Amino acid sequence: MAAATGPSRWHKNISAKVAALPMITTALVVFIGGTAWTVVYSFTNSKLLPREKFVGFAQYDRLWNSSKWLISIENLAIYGAFSLVFSLLIGFLLAALLDQKIRFEDTFRTILLYPFALSFIVTGLAWQWILNPDFGVQEVVRSLGWESFAFDPLYNPEIVIYGILIAGLWQGTGLIMCLMLAGLRGIDEDIWKAAKIDGIPMWKTYIFIVIPMMRGIFITAIVLIASGIIKVYDLVVAQTGGGPGISSEVPAKYVYDAMFLSQNLGQGFAASTMMLLTVIIIVVPWAYLEFGGKRRG
Amino acid sequence: MKSLRVVFAASTALCAATAANATDLEVTHWWTSGGEAAAVAEFAKAFDATGNKWVDGAIAGSGGTARPIMISRITGGDPMGATQFNHGRQAEELVEAGLMRDLTDIAEEGNWKELVFPSSLLDSCTLDGRIYCVPVNIHSPQWLWINNAAFEDNGLAVPTNWDEFVAAAPKLQEAGIVPLAMGQQPWQTTLAFQTLLTALAGPETYTKVFGDKDADVAGGPEMAKVFEAAATARDLAKDSNVQAWNDATNLVITGKAGGQIMGDWAQGEFQVAEQVAGKDYTCLPGLGVNEVIQTGGDAFYFPKVDDEAITAAQGELAKVMMAPATQVAFNLKKGSLPVRGDVDLSAANDCMRKGLDILAKGDIIQGPDQLMSADSLTQVNDLFVEFFNNPEMSAEDAQKQFASIISSAD
Amino acid sequence: MGNVTKTSAEVELAPVSHEMTGPRGRKPRKMLSRRNIMIYGTLIVVSLYYLLPLYVMIVTSLKGMPEIRLGNIFSPPVEITFQPWVKAWAEACTGLNCDGLSRGFFNSVRILVPSVILSIAIASVNGYALANWRFKGSETFFTILIVGAFIPYQVMIYPIVIMLREVGLYGSLTGLVIVHTIFGMPILTLLFRNYFASVPQELFKAARVDGAGFWGIYFRIMVPMSLPIFVVAMILQVTGIWNDFLFGVIYTKPDLYPMTVQLNNIVNSTQGVKEYNVNMAATILTGLVPLTIYFISGKLFVRGIAAGAVKG
Repeated sequence: MAAATGPSRWHKNISAKVAALPMITTALVVFIGGTAWTVVYSFTNSKLLPREKFVGFAQYDRLWNSSKWLISIENLAIYGAFSLVFSLLIGFLLAALLDQKIRFEDTFRTILLYPFALSFIVTGLAWQWILNPDFGVQEVVRSLGWESFAFDPLYNPEIVIYGILIAGLWQGTGLIMCLMLAGLRGIDEDIWKAAKIDGIPMWKTYIFIVIPMMRGIFITAIVLIASGIIKVYDLVVAQTGGGPGISSEVPAKYVYDAMFLSQNLGQGFAASTMMLLTVIIIVVPWAYLEFGGKRRG
Repeated sequence: MKSLRVVFAASTALCAATAANATDLEVTHWWTSGGEAAAVAEFAKAFDATGNKWVDGAIAGSGGTARPIMISRITGGDPMGATQFNHGRQAEELVEAGLMRDLTDIAEEGNWKELVFPSSLLDSCTLDGRIYCVPVNIHSPQWLWINNAAFEDNGLAVPTNWDEFVAAAPKLQEAGIVPLAMGQQPWQTTLAFQTLLTALAGPETYTKVFGDKDADVAGGPEMAKVFEAAATARDLAKDSNVQAWNDATNLVITGKAGGQIMGDWAQGEFQVAEQVAGKDYTCLPGLGVNEVIQTGGDAFYFPKVDDEAITAAQGELAKVMMAPATQVAFNLKKGSLPVRGDVDLSAANDCMRKGLDILAKGDIIQGPDQLMSADSLTQVNDLFVEFFNNPEMSAEDAQKQFASIISSAD
Repeated sequence: MGNVTKTSAEVELAPVSHEMTGPRGRKPRKMLSRRNIMIYGTLIVVSLYYLLPLYVMIVTSLKGMPEIRLGNIFSPPVEITFQPWVKAWAEACTGLNCDGLSRGFFNSVRILVPSVILSIAIASVNGYALANWRFKGSETFFTILIVGAFIPYQVMIYPIVIMLREVGLYGSLTGLVIVHTIFGMPILTLLFRNYFASVPQELFKAARVDGAGFWGIYFRIMVPMSLPIFVVAMILQVTGIWNDFLFGVIYTKPDLYPMTVQLNNIVNSTQGVKEYNVNMAATILTGLVPLTIYFISGKLFVRGIAAGAVKG
């Protein structure tokens, strides 16, 4: 084997390297370069245009003294935790249901996936109406006779972030379901047969055999959901504009507003550097263990 | 792409020796609703009549959407021919960086200094004595819109000022009417707050706070009144469950709410619902207390380009925008007020006329974005929004924070 | 299964009631087991939740503005009008150009097709190289890429403007296609890498013994086996790129503006009368392209089962 692959190994590696060139360029130039640029300018007082007037940690001081930023982080934590858990749970359950060789699979799959095709702007608008206490769900339930029924998530600062979550899950779970379904379809039929012969109940087969086999899909799904969570912006803008008050602000919106509404690029860059730092602290060790630490057998 | 355009421009420049220059000028703006588009069409028509061609680059949504586009285009080295921008301090940096064209010659030739009224409009376009933008209209946010029937049907007189409005509120509430409609988007809260400020504390206090950044005045008794009034407004609007401003206006039109604090653009909604000013609804500029209006509005800037044909077309457009005929045609469609006092606006409706009268009397103030940097203004606005949405926050606490922001504002 | 897939996209998305109860009625009796009732019951309830906003959108888009002002968002239109649809497609104004969404449609297609093809082609080769042909440092680049997936787009606007300006692609279609490829790369690469990693090693080794090289294995073994994941990648990219507004408008010029610019202009004007019926019609119209792609690719997706069977 070694003798056979020896002479051609160099060539093979070259092919792989050439093929990976766009990725390498993107990683180095755009992501590393762009990030470094952002971090450098977060130490300046750039306003409308990037300028090299360095002010030390002033932007960071201001950031952590801003109640808007603190609320943003808290909201992101709540939204993120629920969004991650429910997207995975609902996505997997729906995929498992669709994988039962049911009829009308196409119909159901399309129904579950279609929200993903619609823009956030109007998704937000439609949900804003449905959740409006005066003419949405609350009013309908009340008119059916349950006078004290209260469901006004978008108008109650305490629970507004859950109102956004409802729309977020509606929009995003279909795609996760689709991914999971692709994963399930990649599972060998024989595994199911073997499990059946051994008399293992279906739910046990899923939890102990199928899900571990779908590890890659789960990782993809988690990255997809988590990166979506960090970047959540349009949905909030469309549904509440950050309100009532500042109770549904999120970090990405803080960054955007700082950069383009308050025209304080430095502040926006500082906020995004903090976001990035958090991501790096969480993602890099995990990614190293997941992708870098071991060789595929 | 770019080189192609240069070649094209060069060839047109050659032809221009004989024919009138027909230069394409790309104009970016955020006027996209029906009435706005009709107004823009007036500009385009007038500009096309000069032999050039208006290439429309409309992007809805001011600030957040249009600004990154403009700045990217300008810093990317491929600017548009002209672009709308809120005048005031927002474009300052672009001008300082030398990216915007100096229009002083055109302004002097057209005698803008004499014609533009109020003159503060042109001041906002001026940096170090040079003029960099063309103001095109005046929009004022300081209006209270009232549904007459909501009051009359409940045995109340239609209020003529804010205090009467507040006094009548309990009766409206008894009748199941929300006294004050208010959309929950932050900018609407801010608008209401600033309106209360200018109307109740008066233009002098307003200028001291926003213009001079006087922290003592910001913490003083006049401002205390404003925060108290805002607390009252917060209470009057607590049952208003809508998001968009026009949904709030709709509550007023349908009589579900008594009134709304909103800019002069709210008129469009009343007109569409076939309401008659003075009969079905009442408009109170400056909340009927201090009848002042803000001279905010829109302006056009012209990025610097290395292309004579385009530069010439830019100059042409600047002149056209300021021409009396265009001003009248544009502003009638837009529902805003013209920037020069010497034009005839006999077609204006009741509320527009009120605005014109105030303007003629000179009871005007500069908009906060003309007086304060966008950054400081955002901090102020955030505070207003927080205060308005948090009933736990007392007026005293809010005022303290306000004074501290003003003390460090620029 | 085959007979079901004949339903047209429109029927798929029609209001719920009879469409959903249909399956149960037509089914052979023996299938009314407890298990089936549970499965279909759950799916139907979930579907209702998913369809509710669409129902609201469609109903609203068929009403006139006076009716919308009356306020019940759930009530069916008293008087059905298609005017909002006509207006959204052909009459709504974007500034001076009053030709609705139709204006940007072909630009969107021109942006979509190369962007989707290029981004998927590059990402799938990346994923393949990372899964099967690791080289020194490959995982480091990949980790950087994954972290890149978490960077808010807005932050990258200015650095990318500068980069595009330096290479002379600012304002061109090519520049925009590259931007879409870059921002699609992290997730897509991850997607393909994980999928290719799950392909049995024996196949890969056997091909290498047969003398197949990097590209030979990719085209002859990997691609044909990966239909479901290509479909997922396509869904992701078509939706993302078709619905993109920010990049389209920042990195190009008005003659290249995608359809979402018009959608934004219709939906997002703040100081004017909001025509909710036109908004809703415009959104559904804009969503039709991704929806159609989902529907067509859904069938391919099902065929992916067959690809799965090959593995056994």
